Amino acid sequence: MDRLTRLIAALALFLGFAGLARAAGLEEALARFAVDSYGETEAAIAEVAATGEPRAAEIIKALAEGRLLAAPDRRVLIRDTHGIIDAVSGRAVSAPPDGLKPVRVNNRVRRAIDSALGGLTLLSQDPAKRLEAAQATFKSRNAAALPALETALRRETEARVKRALAEARAAIVFLAEDQPEADRLAAAAVIAERGDAEAQALLRSLPPQAPQRLREAAERSIAAIENRLALLAQVQNVFYGVSLGSVLLLAAIGLAITFGVMGIINMAHGEMVMLGAYTTFVVQEIIRARAPGLFDASLVVALPLAFLVAGAVGVLIERSVIRFLYGRPLETLLATWGVSLILQQAVRSIFGANNREVGNPSFMSGSFELFGIALTWNRLWIVAFSLSVFVVLLVVMKFTAFGLRMRAVVQNRRMAASMGIRTPWIDALTFGLGSGIAGIAGVALSQIDNVSPNLGQSYIIDSFLVVVFGGVGNLWGTLVGAMTLGIANKILEPFAGAVLGKILLLVFIILFIQKRPRGLFALKGRAVEA
Amino acid sequence: MSRRPSILTLLGDRGGAVFVGVLLAAAVVVPVLNLAVPPSSPFHVPTHTVVLVGKWLTYALLAVALDLVWGYCGILSLGHGAFFALGGYAMGMYLMRQIGPRGVYAHPVLPDFMVFLNWRELPVAWWGFQHFPYAMLMALAVPGLLAFCLGWFAFRSRVTGVYLSIITQAMTYALMLGFFRNNFGFGGNNGLTDFKDILGFSIQAPGTRAALFAVSALALASGFLIARAIVTSKLGKVLVAIRDAESRTRFLGYKVEHYKLFVFVVSAMMAGLAGALYVPQVGIINPSEFAPANSIEAVIWVAVGGRGTLTGAALGAILVNAAKSWFTGVLPELWLFALGALFVLTTLFLPKGLVGTLLGFWPRRWARSHKPGLSASVAQPAE
Repeated sequence: MDRLTRLIAALALFLGFAGLARAAGLEEALARFAVDSYGETEAAIAEVAATGEPRAAEIIKALAEGRLLAAPDRRVLIRDTHGIIDAVSGRAVSAPPDGLKPVRVNNRVRRAIDSALGGLTLLSQDPAKRLEAAQATFKSRNAAALPALETALRRETEARVKRALAEARAAIVFLAEDQPEADRLAAAAVIAERGDAEAQALLRSLPPQAPQRLREAAERSIAAIENRLALLAQVQNVFYGVSLGSVLLLAAIGLAITFGVMGIINMAHGEMVMLGAYTTFVVQEIIRARAPGLFDASLVVALPLAFLVAGAVGVLIERSVIRFLYGRPLETLLATWGVSLILQQAVRSIFGANNREVGNPSFMSGSFELFGIALTWNRLWIVAFSLSVFVVLLVVMKFTAFGLRMRAVVQNRRMAASMGIRTPWIDALTFGLGSGIAGIAGVALSQIDNVSPNLGQSYIIDSFLVVVFGGVGNLWGTLVGAMTLGIANKILEPFAGAVLGKILLLVFIILFIQKRPRGLFALKGRAVEA
Repeated sequence: MSRRPSILTLLGDRGGAVFVGVLLAAAVVVPVLNLAVPPSSPFHVPTHTVVLVGKWLTYALLAVALDLVWGYCGILSLGHGAFFALGGYAMGMYLMRQIGPRGVYAHPVLPDFMVFLNWRELPVAWWGFQHFPYAMLMALAVPGLLAFCLGWFAFRSRVTGVYLSIITQAMTYALMLGFFRNNFGFGGNNGLTDFKDILGFSIQAPGTRAALFAVSALALASGFLIARAIVTSKLGKVLVAIRDAESRTRFLGYKVEHYKLFVFVVSAMMAGLAGALYVPQVGIINPSEFAPANSIEAVIWVAVGGRGTLTGAALGAILVNAAKSWFTGVLPELWLFALGALFVLTTLFLPKGLVGTLLGFWPRRWARSHKPGLSASVAQPAE
């Protein structure tokens, strides 16, 4: 032991005091490999594994492959592809001692090796690795990993990993017939608490000859988990519905201004959305070519530009076509349809008929999980974005001079004109505002939809339905309408399929409009003809 | 002044008489020029022209149907393409059943697409379509029934103006989505095609095509006469009154919704007939016929020709489609620009359409006979 103590001292000097205790533990355990008895080797495996050292796995692997060598001086070395390395430090040994002998293994030792290797990552220094190992054990339910799990459980400090470990342990105990019934019942409770589809599958896998009480507990938990999963699915559907609803809200909110507030049927509204999406495309192309580092900022640049482009086109349409058609809504519908055809074909001529690639900035890609529900970042951003657009618009309408004039013109055009409001300007600006918001919607939709000349067409009917359903002339109605339709659509989908769900919804709206022709939030009035 | 609905009063004005005369003449002359005159003669009409013009005639019938509701009753339907397509599907189903064992899978009863989808039995909706009279009845009844249901709800709850337009558009959109589904039972997105024969005549034969042309011309003429009969009757006057002042008409004691429902259903059935004649000529019917864009395009035919003038609607359909054929042959890129410009310019500068504007140039000559004119300023004799 003399030489060993000296070695430890040298090592301690080298590694510094912090590593001393652990290295010493590994060293001591390794020494037992050199005794050349199966019993000692087996004990050594357990000890090495229990140290939780990063090198432990490599040492045991080497043992399994017959590459672990014992020197006559009880040093333990590993034969690597490059040569001989020291088992403890992992550094190459320049002059290996003579008389190296591989540590022998038999079947019992091999079993010990397997179980140790399985348990080893449970003791890894990296919490992510430990978590992964625990989850893998939960799935494999390898009873041999139980001792390693117990060790790991005792040591674990991180709550997340600890829970995973407990669940893995419970999975093994729950199925182990040699465990006492009370422990198995406790294990069943732990699994039930996990409450996902995997836990349910595990509970289902209980063999029928299991004790009565355990079976009953498992069945109760299965039912509870089923309820929970059904609830989660509903929550997920609602989230998808909110996400779809906010897309509808974005597309419809500009329409709510032009149609709802001004009474203009703007069939070219979808094309304003498309212009916004193509603005994003152009901005991204320029940024890619000139300043690739700023790519994440491309949407921030595109937002005001899309607003200006679509808004300017909107003002142009209002000044050149729509202002001649006030009071003739059906003609406005036809004329704006013609404008939409022209805009579509113009974009097709300039950019081609194919879909254009618009990239996601890094903060919008990827997803994360919450209570077992996968949420994608771009959907979340769009929900937040559309709600903020809604709030901004509400503020503009309520608290700015422009909003005040706009509402005045809507309520009584001639009186407003008498008070000195230039109604033609207000008309043009309001139409520009509605179109500009459609352009902004295009920036958001470019992130989740194909950017093609037909982009707007797919939203125009839905948008009209949202505005009509919510009630014309009422922004809150648009919000409620969009969310209702979005959520109803997603909740119908699992039962009826995507297309049939949509058809059912259309039929519902058709019937609803019959019942309340002015929508959910109708403006009250006494006019015979609104 | 009592009026007996003789054929002369139905023709009404000189324009209508000329229109029906031309149609009847074309129904006879074009097939003769196509079949009896040798191809070398300068008077020969090639078969593809016969088919093309035959197709326009069915569009013209659709336009007349649309004009009946829009021009005379103020109901802007953006879903007439759906009635047209439903009629087309009824005809398509008859033609599919006629293929019989000559299909690719040679199944005696089931059409190819059903065999392909592993269906064992004919769906109930397809029963009876091997009989031509039944199929024709359905081509009228299904659009009529749909129009009745929609109109019943919509007109009773006083859904008017743009709201009705949006509802009809949503209706055709929903139908399009439905017909695109394979398990809806009407051929999915491929639709119905590969027709072989109609009433025992090969559908490809020049004789059949010439006959279909003649039938289309006759159908257009009779559709025109029916519409004419409606708008020149007392009922037609009520329709115009509804168009110009719906509430006032209601206050006078007329059941506005009944009048609207009647004319809407008649119009839908007319559109269904047009669709049924369209399908054997083009040889295919698929769900894209339900596309909302098609219905709106039909509206522009009426607007270009002149709404409230039945001849104008028919002429508008033929003119716009002739322009479309020319453009898509010569400058396919520019067609949508031209169509878009047509929408904008017509609404801005020709609100009465071509025929309506022309009539405006000779007010006195036409006012006598052309009574339910476009504008309320045209003198209306008291009943």
